Amino acid sequence: MSKRILTMFMIIFVIFLYAPTLLLPIFAFNDSSIIAFPLSGFTFDWFKSLGAADELRKAAGTSLIIATSSSIIATMLALLATSATVRYKFPGKGAMIGTIMLPMFLPEIIIGVSLLTVVLLAGLKLSIYTIIMGHVLICTPFCIAILRSSFQQLDPSLEEASLDLGESRATTFRRVTLPLIMPSVISSLLIGFTISLDEFVIAFFLSGTEPTLPVYIWSQLRFPQRIPSVMALGTLLLILSVVLLTLSELLRRRSARRLGQTSTSGAL
Amino acid sequence: MIKLSKIEKYYGTYHALRDVNCHIKEGEFFSLLGPSGSGKTTLLRTIAGFEGIDSGTVMIGGQSMDGVPPNMRPTNMVFQSYAIFPHMSVAQNVAYGLRSQRLDNAKTAEMVAESLAKVGLAGYGDRAAHALSGGQRQRVALARALILKPKVLLLDEPLSALDRQLREEMQSELRRLQRSLGITFVLVTHDQEEALTMSDRVAVMFEGQIAQLDTPQALYKHPASKRVAEFFGAMNVLKAEIIEVDGDTATTRIEGLGVAELAIPTGASAESSFCAGVRPESMTILDDGEQAYAKETSATVAEVEYRGEMTYYDVKFEGSDTPVVVSMRNTSNRELRKVGQQVRIGWESASAVLLLDQN
Repeated sequence: MSKRILTMFMIIFVIFLYAPTLLLPIFAFNDSSIIAFPLSGFTFDWFKSLGAADELRKAAGTSLIIATSSSIIATMLALLATSATVRYKFPGKGAMIGTIMLPMFLPEIIIGVSLLTVVLLAGLKLSIYTIIMGHVLICTPFCIAILRSSFQQLDPSLEEASLDLGESRATTFRRVTLPLIMPSVISSLLIGFTISLDEFVIAFFLSGTEPTLPVYIWSQLRFPQRIPSVMALGTLLLILSVVLLTLSELLRRRSARRLGQTSTSGAL
Repeated sequence: MIKLSKIEKYYGTYHALRDVNCHIKEGEFFSLLGPSGSGKTTLLRTIAGFEGIDSGTVMIGGQSMDGVPPNMRPTNMVFQSYAIFPHMSVAQNVAYGLRSQRLDNAKTAEMVAESLAKVGLAGYGDRAAHALSGGQRQRVALARALILKPKVLLLDEPLSALDRQLREEMQSELRRLQRSLGITFVLVTHDQEEALTMSDRVAVMFEGQIAQLDTPQALYKHPASKRVAEFFGAMNVLKAEIIEVDGDTATTRIEGLGVAELAIPTGASAESSFCAGVRPESMTILDDGEQAYAKETSATVAEVEYRGEMTYYDVKFEGSDTPVVVSMRNTSNRELRKVGQQVRIGWESASAVLLLDQN
């Protein structure tokens, strides 16, 4: 009896979680500008209209630049932070990790407002760079979470063996450490990219004249006739996100296998 | 080859190495033996350069290793976990350290093949590292270290992860390898049997200090202290009372056993307290009428433990409550004694050693 209730609960939970997302592709292919059932017909028009929208393409370009830069910068910072915190003991280590991980739990609106204040106080102009700054801040904790488990699984004697066999610390990193954690590094890049790509609040506060894709989408919602195009765009983003996240998880598992661990739990 | 003088090392307030002095000779199979936490691995890592020291000097081949990083030292190490690079093949692992020598591919391949053959893994070069068994991983680790022709090979508990049969096989193989190469081997182990069978000399360590350094035979026969004695095989420790001292020997009354002339261990002073150690195999339960021993003591059999090749008797000497183990080889015509039986124990002065009782 209780087993049936739990099964029902599970099914309702999953529907609640994913059904709204499924509406996106349904209306993206619906041949009507009004978002309502019953569906009136099948069309690719909304996807075609995306190709004609210059502003949208510009916003997509801006988002790609921001997502790529923030994920690379965040991953590099995370690499430095994890190699320091996993390998060495130093005073204030716990506080340091806490401080770096904090943006993961802070409301984005607070981060957005405070960063905006800082940028304005410093007399900087709002631009792509200010958004990258904000996104690096929120991506880094996630990148650290991914890289940390990989570093912790890495047997320190592998690096010592490399040193012992005559390599310097730098070549040891290149020949041993990096190849072994590479899947996690790529996974971290992908996660950072995904987070930055669909981040709205911080991008909204920190964007100047060049909006990111989510900010652009939000601005389009004021015009009801453009909503189906937004649905089409959303569908594309949804597919991209799912592909990237799947890829990153596959890589992380491969990395765990390579290091000789069987692990099913991780960042995801 | 390796000279360690006055080495002191602290981890925070923990005194990890205390005044370690020793000289490891060239071409020697040297073992650092001790229980876990005795500092033996720390000392090995100090020689390799992975651990800094707070004071003292490490000299290898006549050169001070002060400030010399591990990659610049003439030592190579076989790690306890073997540390085989999992993303490389066996051949790539073995060739890892050759990169700085900038050899051409043919020469590298030749050296790798030669090194693998040396450890009995000829033809394994193309295997993936993660497809190897424990014993094979260890051989790869050996080949990878030996290909660089180090002056000193350091081995950190290399056999502890192997099962018993493989361990014994590798013990004699390591010994054979060391003899044929003539390289100085420094082995860390907590297994006294391993240290006894493989080494030319053994340093026994307790609490960051070398308690005794000698050949396996001397350590077994003349342990200086109670702790060293108990670490090497079975040893009956009995109360000892020194009656008279004459130069290096002391006339000693051993609890229950009797009086014997025993050599005073090195490091003894006027304040030292002593006890006596007697190995189970250095006493004999005499047959009726047998008179082969200089000294005799009567005892009662308290326990009999039959172990095939040998029988171990717990006996109690007359006027003593301390159980003493006497081992007897089970030759074809020897009968087992029974619990409660009165027996005569044969022994001589050489059966016992005087031990420093320090803790």
